[in-house]
Amino acid sequence: MQEMFVIIIGAVFINNIVLSQFLGICPFLGVSKKLSSAVGMGVAVTFVMALAAIITWLVQQLVLVPLGIGYLQTIAFILVIASLVQFVEMVIRKTSPDLYRALGVYLPLITTNCAVLGIAIVNIQKSYTLASSLVNSVANALGFTLALVLMAGIRERLEDADIPKSLQGMPISLITAALMSVAFLGFTGLL
Amino acid sequence: MSLAKEFSKGIVSDNPLFRLTLGMCPSLAITTSVANGIGMGAAFTAVLLASNIAISLLRKIIPDSIRIPCYIVIIASFVTITEMVMHAYAPALFKSLGIFIPLIVVNCIILGRAEAFASKNGVFASVLDALGMGVGYTLALVIVSTVREVLGAGTFYGIPLGGASAQSALIMILPPGGFIALGCILALLNKLQNKTR
Repeated sequence: MQEMFVIIIGAVFINNIVLSQFLGICPFLGVSKKLSSAVGMGVAVTFVMALAAIITWLVQQLVLVPLGIGYLQTIAFILVIASLVQFVEMVIRKTSPDLYRALGVYLPLITTNCAVLGIAIVNIQKSYTLASSLVNSVANALGFTLALVLMAGIRERLEDADIPKSLQGMPISLITAALMSVAFLGFTGLL
Repeated sequence: MSLAKEFSKGIVSDNPLFRLTLGMCPSLAITTSVANGIGMGAAFTAVLLASNIAISLLRKIIPDSIRIPCYIVIIASFVTITEMVMHAYAPALFKSLGIFIPLIVVNCIILGRAEAFASKNGVFASVLDALGMGVGYTLALVIVSTVREVLGAGTFYGIPLGGASAQSALIMILPPGGFIALGCILALLNKLQNKTR
């Protein structure tokens, strides 16, 4: 239990996936203009990362390791994740049109979200068990959602701010992210 | 478009990082030293070159409806090869780039060039396109990492610049430094562009 707690605090605050590990920067900067879409993206990523954690762990332990083809990890994982996202999209579209309307637009973006593949690889590198992998993935996804929602809140305020012309758009977003990253540095030493 | 332009567009007018702001993750994560920037740029260029050649050669064979999965498999294969070569011949670099080598697979620039260029153009033009984009991205990484290494560690490519008493701003090689450096460089480029216009 204590190990899980350490994983969760570490992933959400200390090594925040976006602000200190730099995974998933594209959706972080792309989908953080509105609070509602930030929440939608966060939920979609959490869902896919949890599923991907289980499936990639099983693929690694039941297929790649027994067959001695661990070097195919990158190819196998990206294919698994891409098909998983497609599959989830189809299932949601058939079963829950409401959910599809809320998450549908974000799902295709997730295939190229390096956070999903990155965390799947990290889970294997740290030789986590299936349960720890799942906890680590969900905790990282929560960290992603937290950063995304905070960023969206700040950017909604920035809309009205008088920003110098050269800084508008991407530069001010990056500098905002830098300040958030500084704040998250304060969590170092929490554990 | 002339062939020279296929090459040069990736470096200036369509620079993947500075103009198109693609491939941000590695540009923030591994740019703590110039050596990392060059290594990442070289690995990226190798993968882009190989995948552009392969996809350009196969462009008439790959069916249109399943082209994206095909591109991903081709790119992932070359990433795996690059990873193995780096593990064997540059273990120190392999270790410091870490997870960002396999993550070249999901770098949107490579899939973007496959989809937008290599699948529609001949091999020679695709090679030039890949080299231009690769050099442009490497240059961008080197610029970001120079700013971070010089300010954050007081060295350039591992060579100390200041005297023993020189204080460096440690924050530039910590995670926030990545955001600060890239944000300021982009703002500076915007400023220059507004001036010349």
